[in-house]
Amino acid sequence: MANMSLVKNPMNVQAPEERIKNFNEVALGYTEEQAIDEAKRCLNCKNRMCIAGCPVKIQIPDFIAKVAEGEFEEAYQIILKQSSLPAVCGRVCPQENQCEGRCVRGIKGEPVAIGRLERFVADYHNKNCQQKPQKPAKNGHRVAIIGSGPAGLSCASDLAKKGYDVTIFEALHTAGGVLVYGIPEFRLPKSIVKQEIDGLKALGVQIKTNIVIGKTLSIEELLHEYGFEAAFIGSGAGLPKFMNIPGENLKGVFSANEFLTRINLMKAYTENSDTPIQMCKKIAVVGGGNVAMDAARCARRLGAEVYVVYRRGMDELPARKEEVEHAIEEGVIFKTLTNPVEILAYNNPDDKRDLRNMSVKGMKCVEMTLGEPDESGRRRPVVKEGSEHILDVEGVIMSLGTSPNPLIKSTTEGLETEYWGGIIVDSNGLTSKEGIYAGGDAVTGSATVILAMGAGKTAASAIDDYIQSKRKTLE
Amino acid sequence: MKEFDEGVHMYKILNKRVLNPTVVLMDIEAPLVAKKAEPGQFIILRTHEDGERIPLTIADFDRRRGTITIIFQVVGATTERLSHMNKGDSLCDFVGPLGKKTHTDGLKKVAVVGGGVGCAIAYPVAKKLHSLGCEVHAICGFRSKDLVILEDEFKKSSSKFILMSDDGTAGEKGLVTDALKKLIESGEKYDEVITIGPLPMMKFVCLLTKEYRIKTVASMNPIMIDGTGMCGGCRLTVGGKTVFACVDGPEFDGHLIDFDEAMSRSNIYYKSERKRHEDACNLFKKEAE
Repeated sequence: MANMSLVKNPMNVQAPEERIKNFNEVALGYTEEQAIDEAKRCLNCKNRMCIAGCPVKIQIPDFIAKVAEGEFEEAYQIILKQSSLPAVCGRVCPQENQCEGRCVRGIKGEPVAIGRLERFVADYHNKNCQQKPQKPAKNGHRVAIIGSGPAGLSCASDLAKKGYDVTIFEALHTAGGVLVYGIPEFRLPKSIVKQEIDGLKALGVQIKTNIVIGKTLSIEELLHEYGFEAAFIGSGAGLPKFMNIPGENLKGVFSANEFLTRINLMKAYTENSDTPIQMCKKIAVVGGGNVAMDAARCARRLGAEVYVVYRRGMDELPARKEEVEHAIEEGVIFKTLTNPVEILAYNNPDDKRDLRNMSVKGMKCVEMTLGEPDESGRRRPVVKEGSEHILDVEGVIMSLGTSPNPLIKSTTEGLETEYWGGIIVDSNGLTSKEGIYAGGDAVTGSATVILAMGAGKTAASAIDDYIQSKRKTLE
Repeated sequence: MKEFDEGVHMYKILNKRVLNPTVVLMDIEAPLVAKKAEPGQFIILRTHEDGERIPLTIADFDRRRGTITIIFQVVGATTERLSHMNKGDSLCDFVGPLGKKTHTDGLKKVAVVGGGVGCAIAYPVAKKLHSLGCEVHAICGFRSKDLVILEDEFKKSSSKFILMSDDGTAGEKGLVTDALKKLIESGEKYDEVITIGPLPMMKFVCLLTKEYRIKTVASMNPIMIDGTGMCGGCRLTVGGKTVFACVDGPEFDGHLIDFDEAMSRSNIYYKSERKRHEDACNLFKKEAE
């Protein structure tokens, strides 16, 4: 008998007043009882709209049915057929726009908590199943993966399972890409990312950190000197955007990338870390996406009073709903319909050597109203006359999105890209060069973990076809 | 089929030489980096798992031995720790070569102006230009005699070498700008001046050469994390535009750099760096006791 409750089983979370004092995970996950009860809300529809909403097409009603039966490991195996990072996606996917957004239960009431169930199943597996995956028999073909973020990891995983000899090249000193430098510990514990990566290593995937493709080695070298038969570029969108307003290079203005990297990758908030982070009493985060929420919530945990400054309204915030709700609970102040026009500098006229000189002392903003819809369909913000005011802050974090890193394009002759840097690919992820595939943010510009994973999977399948057909013609 | 050398992930210190009381030279085993390195580029290293990533400009390289030479001054916690490491020890991380190489094509006569530990970075540039048949005049400035480094190396890589010191204990007493001005005034015509050293020194070299309209390149070494264009911490204003030193540089047209902004940005973490350095020093003192 289905559970006809109109609302999701609530997830246990750390209380806001507690969690702003630590970086531990906010959401604590379902218990077995909660998971089974929630799973019973699924109606197992004939027309499975939820699957259509999933970028990697996880057989959602099937895994949920197993959860309802208490067969959690079987549920995990069903998810694993399509997803290589269930513990990650259960935590960071924007489910409200994907699977849950299509759930029939959401028409009258709340949708089935698919994301929470996915997370529960993955955590159950990681906790209870010690069995390492079997190393598949190697087929003798080598594939190079550039970047160890979600796109690269999923591509590597699929190819390794098919027996390919896969090597991942990572520019930073730790594998995981945005999962380790961008998404904070309290939303995605790094131990979970490590577990997923250890799983890949167990499949025989090699990970080479500290290698910048385009600098240390070129793709051409990988293909022609090191014997890789194909390469997948999953180098992400790492280049931060700025607003180009006066004062943006003052001390105390950071890209969200820098702020988050110092905290997440370099662990600047821990006593042992040698990496410093500037402490500000009041800080403004400019932007309204998931990265802006991450930065705001990190700043809150470092003890700052935090403003999110966004030019559209609350309803237009592009961030996941849950992140916005968590940010509000944690005391982040939203200054929506507000846009910065200048960052103001501290200046001590009596002491040129005052270290505070040329650091942020405020941000000049204007208020906005929403006008006619623009080409993206969102209502265009328009400046309200005479609304100029100064926000009293001593730090500013620019979270305006990122664009693909030009390093690989500039060192791979003949690799075609869009004017804004995105690598051009066909529907299989093939670039303008034979044997070179790409996917994820390097192709689309900043998007989501799950879309990148989907692109990695698509390319893995195309790379398999490519290498197998090449082998056949040689035979 | 080539394999990746195991040495890639060892980053072993093969040689260590103390050049002066606060400046140390090390040869690091990093064959892939050495294969690609060019003068003007830099590496990023970490000494240990909780360590910070610091950029150091490549002081020399040996492709055959697969080594990169770094020369660093002990100024903070990381360089303090690094200075306590010895031959045979391995660094935790070592990545590069990053940034763009020094532009050397077509240069016939160049003045290379280095200050302090910046001379370590000026040296491979002088060496490369010299080997290409370019006439190199090297001007190196130090605070005093004890701090002089690479004197012999510079002498071998230049047709004119002028040593300056603030207190007159080595070479001539005065600033590198005094020496450069004298050379220019005496009729030396340079295609380019390349300057590497403390920000105030580079600023004044650039102000001087601007008067004489001599193209000048300055090598910047701002605070950075990843070194691949991701954090934007290393941004500078050059010709009114924001650039990233890690991918657009580290060398820029000295007449266009906003040095005052660069100087201000370089001291963002001044206080915490000082504290971290003191902590590191105390730790080593305790270990020694």
